[in-house]
Amino acid sequence: MAAEAESETGLVFHPMEQFKIEPLFGEGPIHWYTITNQTLWMGIAVLVIFLLLVVGTSRRALVPSRIQSIGELAYGFIYRMVEDVVGKEGLKYFPYVMTLFMFIVVSNFLGLIPMSFTTTSHIAVTVVMALLVFVGVTILGFVKNGIGFLKLFWVSSAPLALRPVLAIIEVISYFVRPVSHSIRLAGNIMAGHAVIKVFAAFAALLAVAPLSLLGVVAMFGMDMLVAFVQAYVFTILTCVYLKDALHPAH
Amino acid sequence: MTTEATEAAMAAGHAAGAAAEKGGMPQLDFSTFPNQIFWLLVTLVVVYLILTKLALPRISSVLAERQGTITNDLAAAEELKLKAQEAEEAYNKALAEARAEAQRIAAETRAAIQADLDKAIAKADDEIAAKTAQAQKAIAEIRAHALESVQEVAKDVAREIVAVLGGKADARSITAAVKAHLKDLKGEGRP
Repeated sequence: MAAEAESETGLVFHPMEQFKIEPLFGEGPIHWYTITNQTLWMGIAVLVIFLLLVVGTSRRALVPSRIQSIGELAYGFIYRMVEDVVGKEGLKYFPYVMTLFMFIVVSNFLGLIPMSFTTTSHIAVTVVMALLVFVGVTILGFVKNGIGFLKLFWVSSAPLALRPVLAIIEVISYFVRPVSHSIRLAGNIMAGHAVIKVFAAFAALLAVAPLSLLGVVAMFGMDMLVAFVQAYVFTILTCVYLKDALHPAH
Repeated sequence: MTTEATEAAMAAGHAAGAAAEKGGMPQLDFSTFPNQIFWLLVTLVVVYLILTKLALPRISSVLAERQGTITNDLAAAEELKLKAQEAEEAYNKALAEARAEAQRIAAETRAAIQADLDKAIAKADDEIAAKTAQAQKAIAEIRAHALESVQEVAKDVAREIVAVLGGKADARSITAAVKAHLKDLKGEGRP
């Protein structure tokens, strides 16, 4: 079918091909341990985080270099976010939040490199991270507050008659959290990359090539913004959920 | 151009449909999930370890160090400012003292000069007084001498006159007459 499309117009549309997971070495089925292109880019993300936060700060300069400055900005950005949203007692969980943020933001930006693979465009990845947050926050809520954590669903400021109804809504919204949390990230990243690919495919038509090029540039700029904003949103939502776990009362 | 674009859009629709038929989104290929989840967890653990063992302690210590340095520098600047103020005060004090000292010395010198001057004036006054006294004495002597002379001359003249007039005058009465006359002169003529 795809071959037919090619022969009719000379255009090739494979917007989803870029997300395909393939073994890095040789062919064959993908076992749980197989090193794939996704594994490679996860490894590169780890390397970039290491270079940025460890090698970049190795001089411990009083007046920071550019790379050290970026590392310090990232640190301060997330540290203040946790402090502002969760409060002082949330700073214990700052390393976990920082881990998520660094991985997501670095993966998002690495994905913008042409020919690279975008780890965070995969639902499996974002769902696991969202579930880690969801399960972790729920356990933390019960450990910290005991059964009082259920007060999160009991809106004490609402009229008594409305409270059971609101409780049902609250419970549903609570369980929808990991879904929206993960789909939002993967969806945004995937859509942006697919749209760039579609714009790029139109470049094969001479008449619309300039327009297509302009579209690619514009979408690329847009995706730069999305790459940061989605990492920020994922992180701040994590902080908000953490706050609910530590202070469940409305 | 519009027809081309429409064709392209239709082709895109076709292609998407084809892709969906071929197996859909790679994201929904559940056979890759165990692999993705495994490597994701490995990655997250490695990132977590890098952050907690190396990056975060280092960055936090660097930030704390910087904050400390800034605070120290500000404190040092404050201290130096205080020192500068103290130095200025000391300088002003020294200046005031020097000025007072200078005034004192000037006053002392003035007083010493005044004393010397007074002494010299007093000495000069004494000398003047002594000289005046001497001069007065001399004048008095001269006057007394002059009076005597006048008496002599008056006696001589009186005798001569008496002689010329043909009288004979004894020395005692002439002397008495002259003395009486001189006394009158002295009484009315001299202030």
